[in-house]
Amino acid sequence: MEEFSILIGGQAGDGIKQAGNAIARVFNRLGYWIFVYEDYPSLIRGGHNFAMVRASSERIASHRDGIDALVALNQEAVDRHSWRLGEDSVVIFDSDTAKAEGLGIPMSGIVKRRGLPAILRNAIALGALAAVLGIGLDVVEDAIRAAVDKRVEENLEAAREGYGIANGSPWAAEGRRVERVPGGPRPLLTGNEALALGLARGGMKIYAAYPMTPTSALLHYIAAHEDELGAIAIHPESEIAVIGIAQGAAYAGIRSAVGTSGGGFSLMVEHISLAGQAEIPTVIVLGQRLDPATGAPTYTKQGNLFFAMFAGHGEFPRAVLAPGDANEAFHLAAEAMNLAWRFQIPVIILSDKHLSESTFSFHFDISRAATEPPKLWDGAGEYRRYAQTEDGISPLAFPGGGAVVKANSYEHDEFGITTEDADLIAKAQDKRLRKAKALEEYVNGKEMVSVEGDPEGKIALLFWGSTKGAAAEVAERIGARAIQPLCLMPLPKRELEERLEGAERVVGIEGNSRGQFCGWLRCHGIQVDGVVLKYDGRPFAADELEERVRRSLR
Amino acid sequence: MRASDLKTYAKNTWCPGCGNFAIELAARQAFVELMEEGKLKIENLVVLSGIGCHAKMSDYLRANSFYSLHGRVVAPATGVKLANPELTVVGFAGDGDAYGEGLEHLVFAAKRNVGISMIIHDNGVYGLTTGQFTPTSPPGFQGKSTPRGSPEDPMNPIALMLSSGATFVARAFSGNLQHLKGMIREAITHRGFSIVDVLQPCVTFRNTWDFFSKRVYDLQERGHDASNWNEAMERAREWDYGGGAGEIPIGIFYRAERPTFEDRVLRGRRPRELPMPELEKVLKGHV
Repeated sequence: MEEFSILIGGQAGDGIKQAGNAIARVFNRLGYWIFVYEDYPSLIRGGHNFAMVRASSERIASHRDGIDALVALNQEAVDRHSWRLGEDSVVIFDSDTAKAEGLGIPMSGIVKRRGLPAILRNAIALGALAAVLGIGLDVVEDAIRAAVDKRVEENLEAAREGYGIANGSPWAAEGRRVERVPGGPRPLLTGNEALALGLARGGMKIYAAYPMTPTSALLHYIAAHEDELGAIAIHPESEIAVIGIAQGAAYAGIRSAVGTSGGGFSLMVEHISLAGQAEIPTVIVLGQRLDPATGAPTYTKQGNLFFAMFAGHGEFPRAVLAPGDANEAFHLAAEAMNLAWRFQIPVIILSDKHLSESTFSFHFDISRAATEPPKLWDGAGEYRRYAQTEDGISPLAFPGGGAVVKANSYEHDEFGITTEDADLIAKAQDKRLRKAKALEEYVNGKEMVSVEGDPEGKIALLFWGSTKGAAAEVAERIGARAIQPLCLMPLPKRELEERLEGAERVVGIEGNSRGQFCGWLRCHGIQVDGVVLKYDGRPFAADELEERVRRSLR
Repeated sequence: MRASDLKTYAKNTWCPGCGNFAIELAARQAFVELMEEGKLKIENLVVLSGIGCHAKMSDYLRANSFYSLHGRVVAPATGVKLANPELTVVGFAGDGDAYGEGLEHLVFAAKRNVGISMIIHDNGVYGLTTGQFTPTSPPGFQGKSTPRGSPEDPMNPIALMLSSGATFVARAFSGNLQHLKGMIREAITHRGFSIVDVLQPCVTFRNTWDFFSKRVYDLQERGHDASNWNEAMERAREWDYGGGAGEIPIGIFYRAERPTFEDRVLRGRRPRELPMPELEKVLKGHV
């Protein structure tokens, strides 16, 4: 297995994200699988930002703490990350702003001489990195053309200068060389981008959101790609307006979705209950971040599982889906649209900062996802919005089509007229309970548990969501099975128990402090023997998690 | 079609003498007249309501309806209009609903000029929760939550809507059915956001019948220029929603034309007709 981990660090405003993206595109062109982790504080200028690009000849979806190359645009990047360096690692730094052992290039001086903005130090660093790793300049130029949309020529010139300086240094002559590996290049997608594509694939025509990390980029992406996605993005006055607008659109027959984080989701809660009672298809992307309250807005956590499952007053069916990488984000976003419309329920897609903002090599067969038609009224007789049916699902009709369509947040009769009659109240709830049953059966009939590693392994690592990348890799390395339910509510219990059969030890892994998912499993009679938790805002790195899992098994 | 054809089988539970009867009747009559004139198709009508006595409109009207949450009429109404701009979207809300819990949505609907009509059942009291002061109750109003009298001055929704950019702002009185019906008609046929603040008594908790009957006058009868925003604001300030003497203008304060939200967002597109996504093309850009 050939692999390289590169960290580029500097301060906010240095263009670290774009630089990480350019490095990822270079390796992508050489056939590697890519994962990029972004770490940045909640501010616009200053602070410390870094991106970790991991490239591997094998499929990966996580970063490692250890790195092969450190690209430092300031002293802080050197000081904070030198612990990650191994014996053969190389440091490339701006010798005008930092001191370190390694290849120093006067990047600040160069951009000044060229009359360029400081952000173009990135391009110099990228060129130098390529030279040190033995990557051809043509690959770098191609990646810059794809990654950069402003000052392309200046970027290319700066990269060439960095390449030239590094190429003439001893650092280029020794050390590891990056060889082309078979496969690729593959589309590089962040979790947010994959969610956008999946929602569109599932028929979403209107996306509404109020900006909130880590799903703001989902709004930005849809807004920037309206034509290609066949969807319209809007940014209303609050999360309450966001979900109200989405539900109005759904009532009128247009598939809609919303995205937010915990704080915005809190504001939406009353409307989740409305979706339950009025049976309005409602798709919500909940990008978790470190909370409570404002917490640490740009850091990750899997702390909203119970919140997503139980938000909203009353008893009504819902689905909670938890993708773990870009493939699953695409697939489950399309599935969320279909589930919401098939069962006329709220569906929550649980993402988090780590999934939403990390970059993955996307390799899902997109033809496997499609917009599935909902149950529609056949036009016979008088339309009853809440008609009693065997599976509890009432056929849909929409205003403008000739039927009188009455949606109601009060308890209602079949036509949709408010009722307080004891018999009708019980019947209406029974209808929704039948729908819950149908949903449960549907989920159990689909493949909703992902298995990686050794499916027969004696040890089972059990996890959900963005922990997947690191956990699946650890399972592979220690010969364990990696088991990950994709639907957390309703729980695909039958399938999950099948996958766990024969495992002698089950280790739960979660990015929260109380093991919420393990608790949920206990409610279903599934026991977990040990848990590995992390709640410092940082996602598990693969090497770090391996160490912690091994320790928990001792 | 007759106005009575727009009634459902739901049993009416408003108090005898409630101003809601007049609003409901005026709305049905307005709908039927507009239908007969070819200005409205019944299947394209969507009414929305919040929660409160007014909100039973959704149950009583035989039309597409969205019986929403308290304070949340405007946002779903906006969603309906964006989803299908051919629909005629009429929101009914109470004064607590529109000016209290969900005020921000109303301000933004006016700012955006979204093509919906809001009919506000403004009785200055929470009826369904048995009598508390609302944003438009006069100072000193003794409700159950303010037994020593409301410690607040009322807000002036007409002035607020004018400031927010509403392109049709009117006031009516439930005691003047013909005028009320006319205002609802004008609101519905207006292109863009329209609001009619309907003064109405709550016979059980705040009977203002006499108060309003003695004071209202028709702006249009006195030659008010509804195209003049400054003049509209001046007329809006003629009555501060308090209990003092003086006259209370009803009628159209202001009317203007401005591009609508749906025009600007949709740019001629129809959500139903948007093409399927071109994912292969998008993915190529990500390599």
